Amino acid sequence: MSESKGSAELLIEGVGKRFGDVVALDRVSLRVAKGELLTILGPSGSGKTTLLKVVAGFETPDGGSVKVGGAEITSLPPAKRDIGMVFQNYALFPHLTVKANVAFPLEMRNVGRAEIEKRVSEALAMVELAGYEARLPRQLSGGQQQRVALARAIVFNPRLLLLDEPFGALDRKLRETMQLEVRRLQRRLGLTTIFITHDQEEALVLSDRIAVMNKGAIQQVATTTEIYEHPANDFVADFVGESNIFHGTVSAPGTVALDGGGSVKVTSDKPVGTKVGVLMRPERFGATGANLFAGEVIESVYLGTSFKLRLALEGSRELLVRQPARGTLPAAGSRATVGIEPDAIHVF
Amino acid sequence: MSRRLLIAACALIYFFLMLPLLVVFPISLSSAPYMQFPPPGFSWQWYERYLDDPQWIDATWRSLYIGSGTAVLALALGVPLAFALVRGKFFGRTILDRVALAPIIVPHIIFAVAVYGLFAKLKLIGTWYGLVIGHTVLALPFVVLVIAAGLRDFDRSLEQAAEGLGASRWQTLAKVTLPLLRPSLVSAGLLAFISSFDEVVVALFLAGANMTLPKKMFDNIMMEIDPTIAAVSVMQILLVSVVLVLIGRFGRGLKDSAR
Repeated sequence: MSESKGSAELLIEGVGKRFGDVVALDRVSLRVAKGELLTILGPSGSGKTTLLKVVAGFETPDGGSVKVGGAEITSLPPAKRDIGMVFQNYALFPHLTVKANVAFPLEMRNVGRAEIEKRVSEALAMVELAGYEARLPRQLSGGQQQRVALARAIVFNPRLLLLDEPFGALDRKLRETMQLEVRRLQRRLGLTTIFITHDQEEALVLSDRIAVMNKGAIQQVATTTEIYEHPANDFVADFVGESNIFHGTVSAPGTVALDGGGSVKVTSDKPVGTKVGVLMRPERFGATGANLFAGEVIESVYLGTSFKLRLALEGSRELLVRQPARGTLPAAGSRATVGIEPDAIHVF
Repeated sequence: MSRRLLIAACALIYFFLMLPLLVVFPISLSSAPYMQFPPPGFSWQWYERYLDDPQWIDATWRSLYIGSGTAVLALALGVPLAFALVRGKFFGRTILDRVALAPIIVPHIIFAVAVYGLFAKLKLIGTWYGLVIGHTVLALPFVVLVIAAGLRDFDRSLEQAAEGLGASRWQTLAKVTLPLLRPSLVSAGLLAFISSFDEVVVALFLAGANMTLPKKMFDNIMMEIDPTIAAVSVMQILLVSVVLVLIGRFGRGLKDSAR
């Protein structure tokens, strides 16, 4: 096997996959630029893992193509793809030492002994595990095992790096450290990376761009801010972050009549008569604004930096609001009024 | 109360199972020229007689290499069979799964008679390799059961990882799958060895003049009964115990494979 040519662009075109009657992937197309970190975000069963397996070569798609660096790899066996992967459970070889684990992909490529020594030490130094060469995986903590898996996935200079929910098993603090570390390493190596997660917060922290998947199809591909501020549909708006989503019809330029009664002023230029969705993020509400909502507080929670309020509006609608924790927490049962400016409302 | 009852019952059963050993050990060290319990005095004479008799020693060696040959052949056939049964998708897989265990169900004597008829035609009676083949059939179910259990618990993401890192199918098998199955392989091989080493029925039919240890013991009991047989039993029990300890230490426990 020849030596890998390094990081490359990934192009997925019209990839479909069925398992019996279940459509796991519905003609998915996606482009990941060289050196980019793209997160595929979706709930379990959304097809994100199947897509990753298609890229890695563990599943054969029913149709479509996968190209890396311009070369078609759709029907190549996994061993010939030069793709580094970190599995959900790390999949370290339990009978091999840390060093032998990291050396494995190099040995499979017939790299010389001296070169292997050098590159294994480099990779282990990169993940700050120098000195752990002789340990077995079971003698390491979860975070350390994760680092070994990462070192093993990058040591052979792969064309792509795939990360399959690698932080799921770690506790919160360690997870945050590892996220930043992966990000730093990925930037430094300029590695084209696909990261899979169901955790939207993690996706926002790590990614250049996010692809939101649901029911085997990509709902939206955009930068993190774009996904958060301007989601393409209900699913994306609801899945990423906390949200208040209402539906209505544009009744006049800059005004949406909500389905349950009432209207809001917006900055959208959608033509009159269009059915639209209206997204108001809880943290965009203030004490006043061009749009005012009054209601009874049915739930109020103190979260340290903010108050989280749930208001019951007329027409049996509810509104989730986050406000900076100043003054006293409004009691449940009291009445409150909050406001939001038109430019803080996203119409889709 | 019920706990005490349980302990008492277990102790009783244990005592019942161990009783033959408690009798055999002292008799093997007896000074009397015939089976007598309790023995009147101590001597090593029966062990000496065993070690000095080339017939006993021949039979012992023969049993050892027939057992080893059986273990090797049963693994060579049983491991691929277990892979096919656990991982294969082919027509008749479930039927083959049942058939593979048939030698456990068929009475040994029936099997022995059938094989005798066949081997007589093939001139395999009295050859050591004929006996290896016969014993392999009997040992195969144990190998398949143990290896299949090991394979069912195998984390296949490790194989995927190996392939993703550049290993071919064969490299994955050699570097990841088989090394991780080693405990199952050790257990299966040693079980196959024991099953052959202790086996008497098929050996009676197939061994001819080439005695195996169990057949020699059987003949010895028929002809002249003296405490040599007790000494041989003790040696055999010790050897099998050592093998069982090895399985416990390096193999996969039988309790893991009972599924």
